[in-house]
Amino acid sequence: MPKVTSILMGGVGGQGIILASKILAHVILEHGHDLKISEIHGMAQRGGSVLTHMRFGSYVSSPLIEAGQADYIMASEKLEAWRWLPFLRPGGTMVVNTQEIKPVPVILGAQQYPSKILEGLSAISNSSTGTIHAVNALEIATACGQPRAANVVLCGVLANSLPFPLESYMAALDATVPPRFLEQNKAAFKAGYSL
Amino acid sequence: MKKKLMSGNEAIARGAFEAGVRFAAAYPGTPSTEILENAALYKEIDAQWSSNEKVALEVGIGASLAGSRVLVAMKHVGVNVAADPLLTFAYTGVNGGLVLVAADDPGMHSSQNEQDSRHYARLAKIPMLEPADSQEAKDMVRAALELSEEFDTPVMLKSSTRISHSQTLVSLGDREDVPIKPYKKDIKKYVMIPAYGRLRHAAVEERMNLLRGYAEDSTLNRIEWRDKSIGVIAAGICYQYVREALPNASVLKLGICHPLPQDLIKEFASGVDKLFVVEELDPFMEEQIKAMGIAVTGKEIFPLLGEVSPNMIAERILGKELNSLLDIPGYSDEPVPVRPPVLCPGCTHRSVFYLLRKLKLVVSGDIGCYTLGSLAPLEAMDTCICMGASISAGLGFEKGNPELKGKVVSVIGDSTFFHSGLTGLADVVYNRGTTVTMILDNRITAMTGHQHHPGTGQTLKGEPTAALDIGAICTALGVRRVKEADPFNLQELERVIKEELAAEEPSVIIVRRACTLLDKGPKDKYMINTDKCTRCGVCMKLGCPVISKDNDVISIDASLCVGCAVCVQACKFGAIEKVGGGNA
Repeated sequence: MPKVTSILMGGVGGQGIILASKILAHVILEHGHDLKISEIHGMAQRGGSVLTHMRFGSYVSSPLIEAGQADYIMASEKLEAWRWLPFLRPGGTMVVNTQEIKPVPVILGAQQYPSKILEGLSAISNSSTGTIHAVNALEIATACGQPRAANVVLCGVLANSLPFPLESYMAALDATVPPRFLEQNKAAFKAGYSL
Repeated sequence: MKKKLMSGNEAIARGAFEAGVRFAAAYPGTPSTEILENAALYKEIDAQWSSNEKVALEVGIGASLAGSRVLVAMKHVGVNVAADPLLTFAYTGVNGGLVLVAADDPGMHSSQNEQDSRHYARLAKIPMLEPADSQEAKDMVRAALELSEEFDTPVMLKSSTRISHSQTLVSLGDREDVPIKPYKKDIKKYVMIPAYGRLRHAAVEERMNLLRGYAEDSTLNRIEWRDKSIGVIAAGICYQYVREALPNASVLKLGICHPLPQDLIKEFASGVDKLFVVEELDPFMEEQIKAMGIAVTGKEIFPLLGEVSPNMIAERILGKELNSLLDIPGYSDEPVPVRPPVLCPGCTHRSVFYLLRKLKLVVSGDIGCYTLGSLAPLEAMDTCICMGASISAGLGFEKGNPELKGKVVSVIGDSTFFHSGLTGLADVVYNRGTTVTMILDNRITAMTGHQHHPGTGQTLKGEPTAALDIGAICTALGVRRVKEADPFNLQELERVIKEELAAEEPSVIIVRRACTLLDKGPKDKYMINTDKCTRCGVCMKLGCPVISKDNDVISIDASLCVGCAVCVQACKFGAIEKVGGGNA
């Protein structure tokens, strides 16, 4: 089978990972690849875990990414990064926003927010079994004038590892972001890309 | 030809547009909702939200008999509601072609059960097509409509969450202009009294024989010969999983899952060493293949529950994992907390469930965002079965156990009330019930993403229309006690609930306020005054995701607070204050 590249995007309902997947999809299609994207709607939108699967290559059959299969993971929240980490393939790359959003069982005290996520991620980096980029995307996006663009920052970080030129992403932003938010989103993307 | 990335649902709508569909109807339900939302974007298609799936199909039947090509869409459980017209429409047949899309939800991502819709095609004795990606979803809408007209039958198209909500590339075509067929009165074909029904049943059986022959030769079914040591029969998304897991195996790819092409299956079975069938949920194909006397392995190694995956196929057929796993030191030391969906900050349903829990009532629930009132810490729901069951099951609680009389509250949303609440309420009044029905009227169908309904005053096409008055409907149904309450006024809501519970007759409380996600106005923010807070934890019982407790200190995340002030009213110590000064 021809090589398929798998990108998993995890976050919390309401964080808006849709824009990040739209930007990537635009770039992937401009470069002539086959592409499949799978998302779960419905209950998951009410503050639950959300997950987008993206797979591209010359031919893609299954739209789903399974454990040990993701070449890249982009996680918009620290706990979600930890949740989906087993989906990263050995040697894969993860981009994680260090922001914490507590799930209701943690808020109620029924469960604990895991205390050693960053240490766990560092262990992966240090042993060279995978590459981890942990960034405070919310802070960077806020500095760019648009706190809601945290995912675009992460998308920029991820883009630096993907085989497409920066101009393609700028064109994708032109095509997917409303004009009044465009400059802030471009700044956010470039800030992530240059990390 | 231009290719576009489309979800299965967008592609189904596009297929309807290209195949000349003039009328489309549905009731929203995950994962099918976006089919009609997208169909409505084509000016050539008159698309509508119907009050429920039965009504959607019945309006579709009328439009088909009148001569138009028609699309009707629903989630799998919606077919239960529409089953009555479907099984007799199978007898009358069509005039303009009609395709009924049923979207299954294996794994129950957003459903109350995971029934397998394929049984309906068999039960109704009508054909069913099953696409494996968005391109096929688009193409099969046209194929279904042509089949419908050629064989004079409604045709089902089966989607699933992974087809409906996966985006794949689709080649776009132009719209075919399909003229409205002349309408011709034909009593013996369209009026199903016993004498004519008997005639039509014979026609149905004859049609099934013809369809079996059609399935043998149709290009919708195909054998892909590769290595012959393993052969797999699969349809829909399972075909993609098989290609991923077993790229070298021979595959019989079925686009028609009812009726099955028996000769083609025999040919394929005799050409491979070991035969498997990979299908989600029930052994629908497997049992029929086994009944043909063919040895095939299916549910011996695959589950009856949930979804199949490529790795599961590799593991169970080849005995090996598809991917090697990352070694993560310490991963299993601490459990990873789940992140379940919750009622949003400022949700208009929160106060209702807080009070129902506090008053220790028996709550007969229903389907919508408010079903989340069953989760911790609210846990204020005793049962939830299907659309509309709250009101009727509530009456049953009272009938089945007289000790519960005066303690039963039925909770239903506005859209669900229009879907199937009216008949239940008529039953309560007629049969001398005394239950309290709370209609949580947030002015929209919220759970599926804010679709209009008969109470909102707007159609799917964006036209203004009559907004049906829920209170007047309840009065007309014979309810003498119809009250209204604001969910953001906790004390008043509690007073009304207690008053109506005490009444020895049916009553309705319409709890009215627009869904908080629709309120785009400026918001107050609240904070906890730690000097006044006694850490009693009452505010935590609201289950609001912006209120949290850390090291015994309770705080409000002001960035997410939308100022509903329900917590302010729940606090007995006046410890919750408006950010920037002052009380509520």
